Amino acid sequence: MEKPRKGITLMDFLHSQKDVVEEEKCGVESESGIEIAKIEEKEEKGIEEKETPRIYSVQEVTRYIRQRLDEDEVLRDIYIKGELSNLSQPTSGHLYFTLKDESSELPCVMFREQNRGLKFVPEDGMSVIVRGHISVYERRGKYQLYVDEIQEEGIGALYRAFEQLKKKLKDEGLFDVVYKKLIPSFPRRIGIITSPTSAAIRDMLKITKKRFPHVHILLAPVAVQGEGASSQIVNAIQLMNRYSAEREKIDVLILGRGGGSIEELWAFNEECVAREIFSSPIPVISAVGHETDFTIADFVADKRAATPSEAAELVVPDKREIEKNLSSLELRMRQNVFKAVEYYRKQLKSIEKSVLFRKPTERINQYRQTVDELKRNMVAEITHLVTLQRKSVQALTGKLDALSPLAILERGYSICSKLPEGKIVRSVKEISVGDALKVLFTDGDAISEVKAKSAKKQ
Amino acid sequence: MEEGEEITFEDAMKRLEEIVETLGEGNLSLEDSLKRFQEGMELCKICNKKLDEAEYKVEKLMEKEGGELSVEGFEVKE
Repeated sequence: MEKPRKGITLMDFLHSQKDVVEEEKCGVESESGIEIAKIEEKEEKGIEEKETPRIYSVQEVTRYIRQRLDEDEVLRDIYIKGELSNLSQPTSGHLYFTLKDESSELPCVMFREQNRGLKFVPEDGMSVIVRGHISVYERRGKYQLYVDEIQEEGIGALYRAFEQLKKKLKDEGLFDVVYKKLIPSFPRRIGIITSPTSAAIRDMLKITKKRFPHVHILLAPVAVQGEGASSQIVNAIQLMNRYSAEREKIDVLILGRGGGSIEELWAFNEECVAREIFSSPIPVISAVGHETDFTIADFVADKRAATPSEAAELVVPDKREIEKNLSSLELRMRQNVFKAVEYYRKQLKSIEKSVLFRKPTERINQYRQTVDELKRNMVAEITHLVTLQRKSVQALTGKLDALSPLAILERGYSICSKLPEGKIVRSVKEISVGDALKVLFTDGDAISEVKAKSAKKQ
Repeated sequence: MEEGEEITFEDAMKRLEEIVETLGEGNLSLEDSLKRFQEGMELCKICNKKLDEAEYKVEKLMEKEGGELSVEGFEVKE
């Protein structure tokens, strides 16, 4: 054993009373065990005094051994190499055999649940590596290996290599979440690296076409198993990245193949493939095998799909879902903008109704009335003024009339002018007998002749 | 916003979701609401148009001797 425990032999066990009591406390847990322990505690008091060794039942000891084995770190999960012999599989379906090498034998059992998934038929004489835990079959007091997995030995070597590389790359951080690139949700160009004749490519094309028929798919044909597969895969990843850089952008790569044995999937466990996936600027989805097969590629890829079909579903969105999503967004947007408009409409209405908004109109009406009044007053003022002015004009006209010479004629005076020149005669000296005179009356005139003249004595 | 031809479907959807959210919050002025709405409707149109442009193409990418990229049509053999 790699980690030898500070072993307690059966003899030690039987002789060391204190140890036993302590072990009993933490060890035996089944009801019957506890009952026995209680009974024995009573007995012990008497026995102890006489320092007689304690007596155990076979069951107790067997159970104790079993517990010790079950607790053991090494035995709990162990890989053992050996040759199959004494294979038998009764109708229960459990598989019984002995694992042996030149010097030792180990009885093994593999229950039906575990052996159902075996990828090969075990035969006597086959060199294998088994994985399981060692425990005790209490009824027979027999320790045996409870087997979880069996691998043919050649495969066992691959398995070890797988585990070693996995650990190495993990320690280097190649699987770290921080390095995982985001897979775009609406890729326009998808690179698929797989065998061009496989069911995997048929499935992927069928699914992408059905879900989202708007993508450009570039297939880099490679051998996915056998000699040279890994270097072809590495080349294909580089080729895709070159295409993406030099021509059109590739949004995501799918690297995949259908399920197979560990040997068939080996290319996906090669270090060069893992490193190329890690350093690819285009995000990579690994899609190797069926649900349960994990490869190194799966760990290092930006996303792992269990199968190529799943990768195809994962890489492109469902068109119908998008359309549904889109129309619901449109509906929500319409409702939201309608709500906004309604909100503002309501606000506008309440503003219109508010006193603040009504007062200005009232004020305007008042001003309107004031303006009317002022206008009326103004017109009245002006009319009054005009009347006054007119009166004074009339008065002045009257005065003017009174001063007019024509008014004198009305009072009985007449004006005499000498013809033909029409010069008004102011003195008798200005006329001679025989002169023609024009006499002006208030209502007409007459022509007369001077018959005689006499001057007043002064 | 960029020209319709430039925006990717993904970005258009993202922007559309944003618009619906902001409109739903109701903190926008009426002008902004209507502006967003108009932009949203434009985006819906773009998205639908992109969805309708059914263009499905499968090609084979290989490397020629000398390292040149070679792209040719690929048909699945049933």
